[in-house]
Parts: sequence; C-alpha cells; structure tokens
Amino acid sequence: MPRENPGEIQRLIDGAVNGNLTRRDVLRRAVVLGLSIPAIAALLAACGDDDDDDDDDDDGGTGAGGDATEMEGDATEEEGGGGDTGDFDFSDVTTPPEVANADTASEYSGASLTYYGDGVGIGNDLDLAMAQKFTEATGIEIEVIPRPQDATETFSTYQRLFQAQSGDMDIMMVDVIWPGSFAQHLADLSEALGDDAGSFYETIMENNTVDGKLVGIPWFGDFGMLYYRTDLAEQYGYDGPPETWDDLEEMATTIQEGEKANDENFWGFVFQGNAYEGLTCDGLEWQASAGGGTIVDQDGNVTLDNAEAAAIFEKIQGWVGNIAPPGVTTYQEEDARNAFQNGQAAFMRNWPYAYSLGQGDDSAVAGNFDVAPLPAQSGSDHVGTVGGWQIGVSEYSQNKEAAIEFAKYLTSADVQKWRAIAASFVPTRPEVAEDPAVIEAMPFLQSLADVVRVVRPSTPAGDLYNEVSTAYFQGLNEILNGSDAEGSVSDMAGDIEFILG
Amino acid sequence: MAEQAAVNPGGEGEGGPLRASDLTRSRTRTAWLLLLPTLLVVAVVAAFPLGQTIYLSFTNERLADLQGPEWIGLDNYRRLLEDDDFHNTIWVTVRFTFITIIAEFILGLVVALVVNSQFKGRGLMRTAMLVPWAIPTVVSAQMWAWMYNDIYGVFNDLLNRRLGIIDQNIAWIADPDYALWAVAAVDIWKTTPFVALLLLAGLQVIPEDIYEAARVDGANKLQQFYKITLPLLVPAIVVTLIFRTLDSLRVFDVFYVMFGARRDTMPMAVYAQNTIVAFSRTGYGSAIAVAIFLIIAIFVVIYVTTLRVERS
Repeated sequence: MPRENPGEIQRLIDGAVNGNLTRRDVLRRAVVLGLSIPAIAALLAACGDDDDDDDDDDDGGTGAGGDATEMEGDATEEEGGGGDTGDFDFSDVTTPPEVANADTASEYSGASLTYYGDGVGIGNDLDLAMAQKFTEATGIEIEVIPRPQDATETFSTYQRLFQAQSGDMDIMMVDVIWPGSFAQHLADLSEALGDDAGSFYETIMENNTVDGKLVGIPWFGDFGMLYYRTDLAEQYGYDGPPETWDDLEEMATTIQEGEKANDENFWGFVFQGNAYEGLTCDGLEWQASAGGGTIVDQDGNVTLDNAEAAAIFEKIQGWVGNIAPPGVTTYQEEDARNAFQNGQAAFMRNWPYAYSLGQGDDSAVAGNFDVAPLPAQSGSDHVGTVGGWQIGVSEYSQNKEAAIEFAKYLTSADVQKWRAIAASFVPTRPEVAEDPAVIEAMPFLQSLADVVRVVRPSTPAGDLYNEVSTAYFQGLNEILNGSDAEGSVSDMAGDIEFILG
Repeated sequence: MAEQAAVNPGGEGEGGPLRASDLTRSRTRTAWLLLLPTLLVVAVVAAFPLGQTIYLSFTNERLADLQGPEWIGLDNYRRLLEDDDFHNTIWVTVRFTFITIIAEFILGLVVALVVNSQFKGRGLMRTAMLVPWAIPTVVSAQMWAWMYNDIYGVFNDLLNRRLGIIDQNIAWIADPDYALWAVAAVDIWKTTPFVALLLLAGLQVIPEDIYEAARVDGANKLQQFYKITLPLLVPAIVVTLIFRTLDSLRVFDVFYVMFGARRDTMPMAVYAQNTIVAFSRTGYGSAIAVAIFLIIAIFVVIYVTTLRVERS
C-alpha cells in the first residue's frame, strides 16, 4: 500500500504517542493506511500503557466473536408487563427497578466506580439509567464507559488494563468465553453472591467458575436456535419444525425444490459458515446434537476426534451448494439473517437477536416464521451453544466491595426482568425466564426451555481459548469447503492437542 | 557552513594533506551535527521498535502475562520452520503478488499510454482514473465482497441472469478455486491507477523530439514503442515494480475484510496480526514479523541488484 494520506498517518502517530488510541486501534488504522510492519510495530510500541481510552469505537466489528449478544429489542413497543412487584412498569426503558441491596451498598457511600458497560444503543441507555438509579439509592458514584462494540477489541482493551494491574476499571462486562482467560485478574464473587448463586442457570455458573472461583455473575444469555418458515412448512405439508437433522435435510430439499420455481435464489438452510468464532458455535451444536460430544472436555482432554462428529460434518458439507447457498462458507450472523429475512431461506440457525428484527416492519417474513430447538439426531439431546455476558469485578479495583454491590444490583431478578421486557435481553435466572410477562415478550424462552445449553471449551483452554477455537473453525471451514471430514477432524484434534500442549 | 567556506580556499598550499584532513574532520562533524535530529527521530520511531521486535522474537512474551518475557533463544524460529500454516501464508502471498503485479503492470501501462496521448477530455480522464485509488481499501474490499455475494451479488446477476454466461450462481469468495482471483481482482482494480500514474510520470519525461526523429526515419508506432518508449521507461518501470512488490508482500486489509481468519487464503501479514492480537503471542508473532521483514528484504536485494545491472 502506498502512503496515501500523510494527515491520517500524522494523526495516527499522535494518537499512538499520546495514548489516545488503543494498540488495537493503532494497529487497525495503521494497517488501513498501509504502513509497513516495522512502522506499525513502532506505533504499537509508542502506545503507552495508560488506560482511559476507547471512547471512539464505532466500527461494525469485523470478524468479531460469534456471540451477537446485543439484543436490539424495540423497547418502546412492548406492552406493559409484570405487575407482580407492586405496580412497577417493567416495560419503561427509562426507569430501572429499585435497588434491593441499597442498605448494604450504602455502607460504601462516597466510593466511585468505573464500569465498562454496553456499547452504544439501547444497552448503553439502560446502563446509564441503572447507574443513576444506583447512585441515588446508595451514594456510590459510577462512571459508565461504553466498551468497544467489537468483542475482540473489548478483549484486548481489558487485557491491557489487566496487564498493567490497573485500578481504573472496577467492574465490567465479561463475554461467556473469557472467564478462563481473565480468571487471575477477576475477583471471586461466590462469597458475595451466597445462596443466590443457586438461582442462576447452572451451566452458565459452571462456565464462570474457574478453579472454584466465581469470576462473573451471569447477566444476560444467548443460545443458538432454529428459525423456520411456518407458512412454507404448512404449504408443503409439514406439521411442525424438523426433529432431526435428517428431517431438516428432507424438508429443506422439498421446500427448496418447490420455491426455486419462483425464486432461483431460494435456499433451504442458512447458517454461520465463515471461518470465525460463530462457526465454532455452529459446529459445536452440530457435533453435540449428533452424538459427537464436545471439542474439549472439562478436564482438558480433546474429545473432538470421533466418528459421529466426522459424520455430521460430512453431512453438512454435502449441504453446501445443495440446500445451503454455496457462499454459506463466508456467512456470518447478518448474512444469514439477510437471506432469511428477505424470504430467501426456509431455515436459519441464529441467535435470539434475529427474532425481534424478523418481526419488524421491514421484514419480508414478519408473522410467517417461528423458532424451534435446533434439530438433533435421534438419541441425542437438542442443544444450543451458550453465548452471553457476565458482570465481573476487577481484582485490582480500589473499591471491590462497592463494585460487588453494583454487580449484584445489575444481575438482580428485578433488573433482569426489566431488561428482558423493556429491551429483549435474555435472563440468566430461570425464575425470571419463566415469568409470564417475560415469556409474552419473548415466546421462544418457553418453547426452548428444555434445550441443553452447550458451552465452548473456554474454561479448560483458559487463555489459549482463541487458539483452540481458531484451529476448530478453520478446520471446519475447510471441511465445508470440501476437504475430507474424517481426516480434517483428526487434524483439528491434533492441532488442538498441540495448542493445549 | 560559513566558516567552512572561509577555510576552504586556504586548503590549497604546502600543508595540503594535513589541512585537508582537518577540513574533512570538521565537515564530518558538522554533517553529524546536522544529521543528529533526523537520526534521533529514526532511532525513536524505527530503530527502537524494530530492535524491540527482534528482541521479542527471541522470547515467549504474551500479552496480559504478568510474569514478563523469558528468553527462549531460537525456539520461535525453529517452530516457524515447521509451521505449515505460515509456509502456506508465504505461498498465498507470493502467488497474490505475482498475479497482481503482472496484471497491474500490463493494465497500468495501457492506461498510462492512453492518458499520455492527446485527446479531448484528457484532464478529466486523468482525474477519473484515480477514483479507485482514492477509496480506502477497507471500504472497497467490502463493496467488492457484496458484489461477489452468491445470492444478491451484481456479478452473479449479470453473468447468470442477464447474460447467461454461467448457468448457476458462483460463490466467488467462498469457492477456493476462485477466492484468490477474486481478491486479486480487487487489488488490481484499486492499484492499477497508481501504477499508471507512476508510469505516466516516466512517459512524460521522454522528449517529444525523439519521436519526431523516429517518424522522420520512418519508424512505425510499434517500432517507436519498442525502440524508444519501453527502453526509456525502464527506470520508471523498475521503481513501480519495487513499490508494488513490497506493497503486495505485506498485503493485509483486503484479505482481512474478505476472508477473516480463513486458512487457505491467509497472507503473511494477517497471520502475524492474528498471532499477536487474537492469540496474544507477542513473542512468536514478532518472530513472524521478522520473517516477513527478511522475506521482503530478499525481494529488495533482487530488485536493487537488477537495478544496478540496468544502470551499468
């Protein structure tokens, strides 16, 4: 690349030297400007270790984590729900519930906290409202800093703060795959949570527990599910969603054959096939729902190399170009959603966020689709890969107790109910998820309640998780692109064993 | 400088050798003094980070590791020699470099010859030709990715539905047979104007009277091109090729946008970035960066020696 823009480069250098940009920012911008590797290394080295930055991240998040956890619910449209906590209106986005732990929290009145919360949009609005409510009730000051939208970018921001053992971040959002990487930097919350620990979903609690230490309180969840066209299912004589992957194949083939007559670009099934974190989520669902078990078990043994896993991957390889578009091996969440929402696919694997968008005014399939558990081969459970975010407290915080109180408020039942109804954030407490008012807002919570949540191997892999996941999704992407499934699965397992060493 | 100028005339005389040596020394001192600010800047922004990268390549440094780096000697380089993924990225990068440079050179030369000739609207043409070059690569890569889309992309619409050249939609980016050509096309589209611009500058310094003499001698257009234009354009061609080769070898953005972390289409720079940023392996990543540096250096040496031959 040429030196195309001296002004930009100057600004970049200034940003790097003054510390206004994170290393990742610098890297990204430098690369965009076409600087050479040594020059980029120079800039990265120039980035100081100072902390309060990252307020200018608005990029769409290229290749970020597969957990599209931000739910873009249209908060104002919900009908008034709840009512069992007095007359509180859970659908009002501007008014968070009362602070139940205000009495204990008031002991730390006067403390001030820095909270790395949700990025722009509805999540940030809710964060600000909750912080204000908490300050009024307890006298604890809270500065809300929107984390970078791109999860990978958030990861490297935290990494730098932790490496410097900085007290500038007290409490933060933690992705479901990060507990293993950040465990040594996060405070143990099990004692603070006490008996309440039992009222969260067990799988998520397990995921957040590293060597007996609870490093994050589950905040909101995510899981993979099957979207299907109810109108087409009926038209072609099916009375419900597919039970097994074989059923899905058969239904998708029939529907696609019929629909191709009207629209040459109609496809049976779309999913996330690109070589990125999202494919790790999809792949784990395929193997777990076909008797292929996990990638790595909780003791760190690589369990990927088995005939069932290879068989289901081979089946899905056969779909590419037949019932799935040939380009599916480059699809991420939004590519799949575009195809489905434009009426060009009969089935889609995606996260809950696509539900409210699919019912929106600009959707071609509004009212004509439903969600169901992902298919499972007979003898196996229906599964969904767990995504979602936790609230963690930094080990290096100067006000750990106050931060823990705020964490308890954020994850409390009332707040989760409010966030679920007002903004479609999936609760992490079964008791909230089963609340009629919440189910009215998100009907799939009930129909998918029995789905087994499978977790990516972030706990056993620890800070090697990104490498393990990359080896997995790269190999899987190659299978989808035509490489021999059995051989690739064994290569992938070998690579992962090498990484975990 | 004024002092030196004053001393200079006295340099001739009996004490010649001694005085001249004094003069040289004083000149050298001044030269160093004047160079000092530049050297300092170079040391801070280039030498230090480069040195640090080389140092880190001998350690097992990881981001967010509280223990700090540990010296592991040549381990990273040994691993690099056995790293098939890295070898594949070299192969991908070199293939990409050859494809794009050959295409860009031929197309760029054609464009340069066209806009160098006299015709109406030439100024407009010269400006318009630069448009692809002016678009940031990340933006153009995303644009092309949409155009390549297998369902709603314009290429499939054009070639399949409207012209009927292909009988079913092709997933240009996804299909391993097309992927490298697809990404090369983006780079060729974007960078041909740059090549044309450099060659145009070379064309403009060729004096018109040589062509006039050639015409008088009865040389036809083709002979003029091979006997005059091409030989006189060689310096510009060499500079262009050096520029393009080095740029292509460290290509990052267009691949990163179009393919993410896909293995069969990963160039060297994306591999280094992935190792350092996603895997936090600063030590091994630095070794990769040094290896890229050395690979590029090989190409530079080849070009520079060729250039010398050219001059003699």
